[in-house]
Amino acid sequence: MDAPVLKSNKKRGALMEVLFRLKKSPLAMFGFFFIIFLAFTAIFADVLAPHPYQRQNLSHAFETPSKQFLLGTDEFGRDILSRLIYGARVSLQVGFIAVGIALFAGGMLGAAAGYYGGWADNAIMRVMDVMLSIPQTLLAIAIAAALGPGLFNLMIAVGISAVPNYARIVRGSVLSLREMEFIEAARAVGSSDLRIITKHIIPNSMAPIIVQSTLGVASAILNAAGLSFIGLGIQPPYPEWGAMLSGGRQYIRDYPHLTLYPGLAIMLTILALNFLGDGLRDALDPKLKR
Amino acid sequence: MIRYIVRRILFLIPVLAGVAFCVFTLLYLTPGDPAKMVLGEMATERAIQEFREREGLDKPFLMQFANYVYKAVTRGDIGRSYVTKRPVMDEILAAFPATLKLAAFAIVIAIIIGLPCGILSAIKQYSIFDTAAMIFAMIGLSMPVFWLGLLLILLFSVHLRWLPPSGFDTFQAMILPSLALSAQSISMITRMTRSSMLEVIRADYIRTARSKGQKESVVIWRHALHNALIPVVTLCGLQFGQLLSGAILTESIFAIPGVGRLMVDSIKARDYPVVQGGVLFVAVAFSLVNLLVDLLYAYIDPRIKAQYK
Amino acid sequence: MNDLLEIKDLTIHYVTDGGTVRAVENLNLRLGHGETLGFVGETGAGKTTTALGIMRLIPSPPGVVKSGRIIFDGEDLLTKSEAEMRAIRGGKIAMIFQDPMTSLNPVMTVDKQIAEMIRLHRDVDKAESLKLAGDMLELVGIKRERMHDYPHQFSGGMKQRVVIAIALACDPGLLIADEPTTALDVTIQAQVLELMKKLKQQFGASMILITHDLGIVADICDKVAIMYAGRVVEYADKRALYANPTHPYTIGLFNSVPDLDEDRESLNVIPGLMPDPMDLPAGCAFHPRCAYATSVCSESKPEMMEAAPGHFVACPIRGRERK
Repeated sequence: MDAPVLKSNKKRGALMEVLFRLKKSPLAMFGFFFIIFLAFTAIFADVLAPHPYQRQNLSHAFETPSKQFLLGTDEFGRDILSRLIYGARVSLQVGFIAVGIALFAGGMLGAAAGYYGGWADNAIMRVMDVMLSIPQTLLAIAIAAALGPGLFNLMIAVGISAVPNYARIVRGSVLSLREMEFIEAARAVGSSDLRIITKHIIPNSMAPIIVQSTLGVASAILNAAGLSFIGLGIQPPYPEWGAMLSGGRQYIRDYPHLTLYPGLAIMLTILALNFLGDGLRDALDPKLKR
Repeated sequence: MIRYIVRRILFLIPVLAGVAFCVFTLLYLTPGDPAKMVLGEMATERAIQEFREREGLDKPFLMQFANYVYKAVTRGDIGRSYVTKRPVMDEILAAFPATLKLAAFAIVIAIIIGLPCGILSAIKQYSIFDTAAMIFAMIGLSMPVFWLGLLLILLFSVHLRWLPPSGFDTFQAMILPSLALSAQSISMITRMTRSSMLEVIRADYIRTARSKGQKESVVIWRHALHNALIPVVTLCGLQFGQLLSGAILTESIFAIPGVGRLMVDSIKARDYPVVQGGVLFVAVAFSLVNLLVDLLYAYIDPRIKAQYK
Repeated sequence: MNDLLEIKDLTIHYVTDGGTVRAVENLNLRLGHGETLGFVGETGAGKTTTALGIMRLIPSPPGVVKSGRIIFDGEDLLTKSEAEMRAIRGGKIAMIFQDPMTSLNPVMTVDKQIAEMIRLHRDVDKAESLKLAGDMLELVGIKRERMHDYPHQFSGGMKQRVVIAIALACDPGLLIADEPTTALDVTIQAQVLELMKKLKQQFGASMILITHDLGIVADICDKVAIMYAGRVVEYADKRALYANPTHPYTIGLFNSVPDLDEDRESLNVIPGLMPDPMDLPAGCAFHPRCAYATSVCSESKPEMMEAAPGHFVACPIRGRERK
């Protein structure tokens, strides 16, 4: 069969196989290690940051990189490096939790639509059509505007705006899997719907979901930074990369380092996730299996 | 074909009604009293009461929604701005040309750069050019538009002093925003053109064309490109739709008076009718662009055209 | 007698990261004027690679023509420039591909696809070439009024007729048909084969028919070449080969064809599998599956020998038995 069937007793083998093929792509490995590094930074921010992120020192404002402040200071004399390290926390949280929300809601809706078909499918997918007819960035902005600023609201706004993407993918895989013989076999031996969905359909539609989620974390972080940039995300003084960029913007003529470093942090993170997602797509492609 | 178009347009109506409902509900749930927003905090209780009756704000939720849709459809009236007190539709229509111009410029740049890069990458697969193009495309995809915009301003306006950092009146002023906005689309078009070309180049009919004794350049241009472009055209259309809305951040960086900046300003000022109208307007524009793309798709792919006859 | 096509010692490899695929090894073949050669072998034996080699259309990379000569009409095709080759492709040697579903450009009407061939090799203007395209369609049994249709509007058999019309449009001396009926329904297969047989005669072309169907070979070929793991193992007149299959592989092929007159429980299949073309056995590539094999077979590559006049076989053991 063409479908990459991951049986539970073979799971480790399949996982190793994917990792093995992922290793062949240096760009994907760069992405993988950068994300690990970033996660490490975010978790141990309290230890790693040389200064508290909120400590202002106006006598040190606008300092360029030095031994004391490795990446310089911002308009309030706060250490940019420390703020970037704490910012990683926000960005990764927003990225992963927003995708988690989108994946959970979209996955459930898509699985239900694909599995039950007919009326349920129609109703769910028409609602998804409505959401898809608003461009994703705009949808996130509209939701964020209604909910108001804040970390939690930001995650919800970014997450909900991505729901249709996952609903579509999961529905597609479910539809193609539904008619397969091993599903019929499971049904024949009396497995319940929920059991069939969770034990058979979801594991077998993992590959496209993993890829989409990886790329989804990238676009969630990007969207969140964009929302913060226009003032709809995290509120000061908590450091968020998009907000830092936005704050440094007015000083760009004289102190470009205020905007350069946060932007670079965003870009490298997105780049790493995109490389990883692309590499995963190739590694998980059953067509390439030899 | 005409029946197909009509069917597609009819199909749009429930979707847009859904959009309107969502947007209206979002606004309804947003904290803040519209009457106070319009009349100011100092308004008398009587004035507020009168306003609520006049605007139908005392009616139940669904009645208000029906009223909103009725006025939108019959008179194009989607409310008044809390801030300027002008009709929202006027505000949006005044801002839309700038957005449209920006998106059009950006998509043209994206096609001019992305298409040749994608084709060349595919023809010279695994060459240095291909590798470089793919890495640049990935960087372009990962570049936040607001950061790229700032970098462009820093380089071309602050350091080199070649181009103005803001505004949208002159051709020079349009270059930086269009470039910043097009980066993502360039990358996507390059990647899509490449993968589509690679798939087509391996197709049997390309071998047939070669077996006729056709020149390689003609094989690529006449046989491969036409087939490879079919999915790319769709992508370009979708990208154009995205650019219409993606312009929000670009417009706010370059101070371009378009729909995006209007919306950002309105969000900051809690001018919700404008936000609501803006979302609705962009959704309509986006859906219409997508419809046009589907029609264009049918036009360039005879297999699809046959289905709609 | 001068042959139309003579292939000498042709070796074609595909060089990949995973290893070198020896698709064609020291292949020798001859084809006379007006003859039809059946080119028989399992999938992966190198038949299509040989055909593409003659057309000089081996995808490169990874394909590399290592050695050999392909003499067509007295001239070696492997020394031709790309421009000279373009005049030969379609003009003198035309090819019919396996899958008619994918062999036609989906966004071009069929008359234009035929006319493209005509304009490349004949000095006619556009209108004339389209008219000739219509003639060709009628010749292969498709109504003229359908000439402006797109490929998807035709059935599989009709598409293959269009492909045949393209191939014959410029009256080529040699027609290479790569499993032209494999992708078609059985009833359609017969019609298309009949058409090819008729047109081949009408145009006086020679033909190489690649197939794995010995029935088709019996029906329309004059000569037969049996290919195994990149080499021709037996080459003879059709009658001689069918009467006296000599190479053990050929014998195995014939035995695996079900015989309706005999009442048997199961088919005689050749034991074992085709060898991995990246890792061919030493000596004769067939020896691990061969019932006649001796120690010699694993030591040296068998040379072609003439077991009977005009009947060549690459097996020292069976060859000597016949003599």
